[in-house]
Amino acid sequence: MYGKGILKGLSVTFMRFWNTYWQDAIWAWRRLTTGKKHYGSAEGIAHRSSKNARGIFTVQYPEEKLPVPEEFRYIPFLVFDEGAEGAKEIRCTSCGICAKVCPPQCIWIVRGTDPATGRPRPQPGDFFIDADICMNCGFCSEYCPFDAIKMDHDYEIASYTRNLYDMEKLLKPASYYEGIRPANAAREDEARRAKEAAKAAKAEAAAA
Amino acid sequence: MENNELNLPGYEIPEDVKNVVAVTTLDRLLNPVYNWGRRSSVWPLMFGLACCAIEMIAAQASRYDLARFGMEVMRPTPRQADLMIVSGTVTKKMVPAIVRLYNQMPEPKYVMAMGACASSGGPFKEGYNVVAGIDKFLPVDVYVPGCPPTPQALMNGLIMLQKKIDKEKISQVRWYRKGHDSVEIPVPILGPDLIDPRRIPDIKAAAAQPVTTPAQAGG
Amino acid sequence: MTAPASSLTIDLAARFPGAVSADVRPGYGGFIVPAEKLIEVATAIRDEFGYDLLSAVTGVDYIADNKMEVVYHAFKTTGGPAFVFKVQVPRENPVLPSVVNIWRGAEFQEREAWDLLGIKFEGHPDLRRILMWEGFEGHPLRKDWKEPFFEEEVKPFKSRWPDGKHTFAEVKNPFRDNLQFPADFDPEKVTFTDPEEALYKSLKKYHSETRDGIETDHILVNMGPQHPSTHGVFRAVVMLDGETVVSLKPVMGYLHRNHDKIGERNTFLQNMPYTDRLDYFCSMTNNFGYALAVEKLMNIQVPERADYIRVIMSELTRIQNHLIFLGMFLNDLGAMYTPALYAFEERELILDIFEEVAGARMMCNYFRFGGVARDMGEDALRKARELVFDRLPGKVDEMDRLLTENEVLVSRVKGIGYLSAEDAIRTSMTGPMLRASGVPYDIRRADPYSIYDRFDFNVACRPEGDLLARYMVRIDEMRESLKILGQALKQIPAGPIFPGKPQYQVKVPAGESYGRVESPKGELAYYVVSNGKPNPYRYHVRPSSFVNLTSLEQMCIGEKIADFVAILGGIDIVLGELDR
Ligand code: SF4
Ligand code: SF4
Ligand code: SF4
Repeated sequence: MYGKGILKGLSVTFMRFWNTYWQDAIWAWRRLTTGKKHYGSAEGIAHRSSKNARGIFTVQYPEEKLPVPEEFRYIPFLVFDEGAEGAKEIRCTSCGICAKVCPPQCIWIVRGTDPATGRPRPQPGDFFIDADICMNCGFCSEYCPFDAIKMDHDYEIASYTRNLYDMEKLLKPASYYEGIRPANAAREDEARRAKEAAKAAKAEAAAA
Repeated sequence: MENNELNLPGYEIPEDVKNVVAVTTLDRLLNPVYNWGRRSSVWPLMFGLACCAIEMIAAQASRYDLARFGMEVMRPTPRQADLMIVSGTVTKKMVPAIVRLYNQMPEPKYVMAMGACASSGGPFKEGYNVVAGIDKFLPVDVYVPGCPPTPQALMNGLIMLQKKIDKEKISQVRWYRKGHDSVEIPVPILGPDLIDPRRIPDIKAAAAQPVTTPAQAGG
Repeated sequence: MTAPASSLTIDLAARFPGAVSADVRPGYGGFIVPAEKLIEVATAIRDEFGYDLLSAVTGVDYIADNKMEVVYHAFKTTGGPAFVFKVQVPRENPVLPSVVNIWRGAEFQEREAWDLLGIKFEGHPDLRRILMWEGFEGHPLRKDWKEPFFEEEVKPFKSRWPDGKHTFAEVKNPFRDNLQFPADFDPEKVTFTDPEEALYKSLKKYHSETRDGIETDHILVNMGPQHPSTHGVFRAVVMLDGETVVSLKPVMGYLHRNHDKIGERNTFLQNMPYTDRLDYFCSMTNNFGYALAVEKLMNIQVPERADYIRVIMSELTRIQNHLIFLGMFLNDLGAMYTPALYAFEERELILDIFEEVAGARMMCNYFRFGGVARDMGEDALRKARELVFDRLPGKVDEMDRLLTENEVLVSRVKGIGYLSAEDAIRTSMTGPMLRASGVPYDIRRADPYSIYDRFDFNVACRPEGDLLARYMVRIDEMRESLKILGQALKQIPAGPIFPGKPQYQVKVPAGESYGRVESPKGELAYYVVSNGKPNPYRYHVRPSSFVNLTSLEQMCIGEKIADFVAILGGIDIVLGELDR
């Protein structure tokens, strides 16, 4: 019969349409009865981006946001540990590996010098990332041996001017890093502690 | 709207009617309405250049749904568009077409540089066929970093644009002022390399220098 | 993986004694053919030895030897490894005969070699620049040609560390921009060659003719580069007689981002994220091809689990790409939005997996030489299993139900854009385009890479050679991909995902290699030449969409202009890969 295919297709679109509103109704009902399982809650979003999602689903950005997974990467940032009295202990030793590995070469590092002696010291004097060149590849954080540069999750960085990030803009505390990437941070901390312990043991053995 | 925002400075309003009376100009009263209307129906040009365009389409699709901002009407013709989202790498071969498209858009018009490439050339900046940022040719209103910006990042940029629109004043916008009517941007020429007609004197001067290319200058 | 030496199974040198010699440089393979014998030898390769599909033609500038080398990779559509042969020509006067009459698929690639390397192919029907515009100064891929923002021969640049004061690249250039002009160039005095002129001349003659006593003209229509149905910045110049296409020329290069030139400055590893941006729908398969090419050179083994993850990612990519294809194709046919919206919904779910595993939705940058960057966690595997076993099969069926039998769609695509199997092979079609013409050629089966030989799947193939077949092949292929995924997800073993410690500087022995994968759009291959340094000496991408366009004109002639849009959509081009 001519037109059967069209009707078949229309049945698909109708089911989609029905599902969308039916799902909305179900979520509205749940919200009424339990008070918290809102469509836009973390739970609701997780459900609606799983295999069980039915019908059309929209994230109402900016009111609700799609959570980003731990590995998500945007622009890199530099990690510092909070020392005593708010001192920033920058992890970066200005070894330059990230600048070497960066594919579009958008990292500029001035190796730090000790103001007293004028000799190089393991601290960046200056650190620039041209956020408008960076291709978010993640190599810098992948190959940094000191866990000093990490990929940020913050994507809400649109601006009215071109973006060139200097050290001030790049520095973020380790607690922030632990917040956005808990599993990675824990693993790296573990490895660092193990390494330090091994070093200490070695030093002890050498002293003995 | 707050009364203190509406009130013109320099007018004394008696204390007892302060909440109900405001002295203002028509223009101050109209601005919010005017801007509200414009910010809620920014129609982008259906115009994709590269990878970023795919994220722009993803932002149009149901999961992110730009229709919530009144931006779902992608116009394939520049004559009906308000916003040019430069979504991708601008190449020298393409830039004459982009400038033409921009010239054909009616005022008020906005340009958004989406992604690293449109902002400054991005990862391909060093390429010989790549324009180092669309802002070399068009006035850019919002830059969205990222490669590619995720749909949410793009929407964040669009909200920034809306904020910018909110700040505009009828009395000052360029498209109502005499003589400042939409300025035509001269279309670049494809010669031995890309020639911006506005920069011909510079090019002439630099070409007359004994050292012409960085290659000859030894890096 | 194929050993490069296996092309020596045919002794071309014995067939042409005295003229052809084997390429004996260490790490290289194949044969060196003298330019004057090329046509004779190439004909024999096609007709006597059966290498009917010419995959890649590209040039390499060996500046130290003062030679240009043109490298050909030919395959049999019945399967098997590559047959490589090369022609060496002097650098000052690089001229050799064109093989377009033997393999028409060489047409665009020879034009590209002319454009970027300045190699002249005698007898080529239309040797114009293809990626750059006519009138551009120089041939950029020559080793002594420097781009305006040139800093150093190779990365990493010394100005970044240890004294990396930030400077904009513009500052160092005398023109304060990404520009360079000949000395004493005066834009006001020079008359420019019109880039369009040669193009219009190459079209079939614009003329008026009298028909039934009425004088009629052909109409010239420029579609693109800004056109909603060209999938980006593609442009086609079409000559119309009424509404019927009489001649057509694709114009490309509007997204030419210089992958090859940048790739030769980059280190081997740095190219990985750049490959993401070729076919930006399918970064995983792009990574795959490049990883294969370099792994072949380095001769390393990939751990079992990594191989499985690679296959899972590639097949998810294929499904995602074909979904988008359906949406966009229907968009081109006038079914605005609905199919595309449905497709994007499923795509988002697949991208969620990519984002969780690789860290980005589109630009995954996930493969490393020898493995993958990160392990695929239990959560991601669970998600993938749920999608593959519970959701996607139903959704593919739903797409099928929504569209396939639709009478309007069928009458729009049936019998349109016909391409016979012989023509498809002759024009070097690959991927779904070739399979829709009835040639069951799928690299995963014909020349298996990675662990594809372990899976049980059919090569989707339809004999009709029209648009409907191209559409159906994609639907079939999604089902086959789901089959592969099902097996891979069940069998995936535990174990390491990377051999040894991740290194940012890899040692790649000198030599050449050709790594190719069946990307969702066709054969995507990388020709990489290493000279033992940290940077590739030559990095060439053999793009599938670019070569697949060769037959566009042939398919469109005689059809209506509205069908041109559909035919173009049916090829499934993506500009990032087409123009590179
Ligand atoms: S961020 Fe890491 S890799 Fe980069 S210079 Fe600092 S320590 Fe070295
Ligand atoms: S993410 Fe990639 S491009 Fe960006 S700074 Fe790091 S290495 Fe460079
Ligand atoms: S910014 Fe990145 S994603 Fe966007 S067009 Fe450029 S390379 Fe592609």
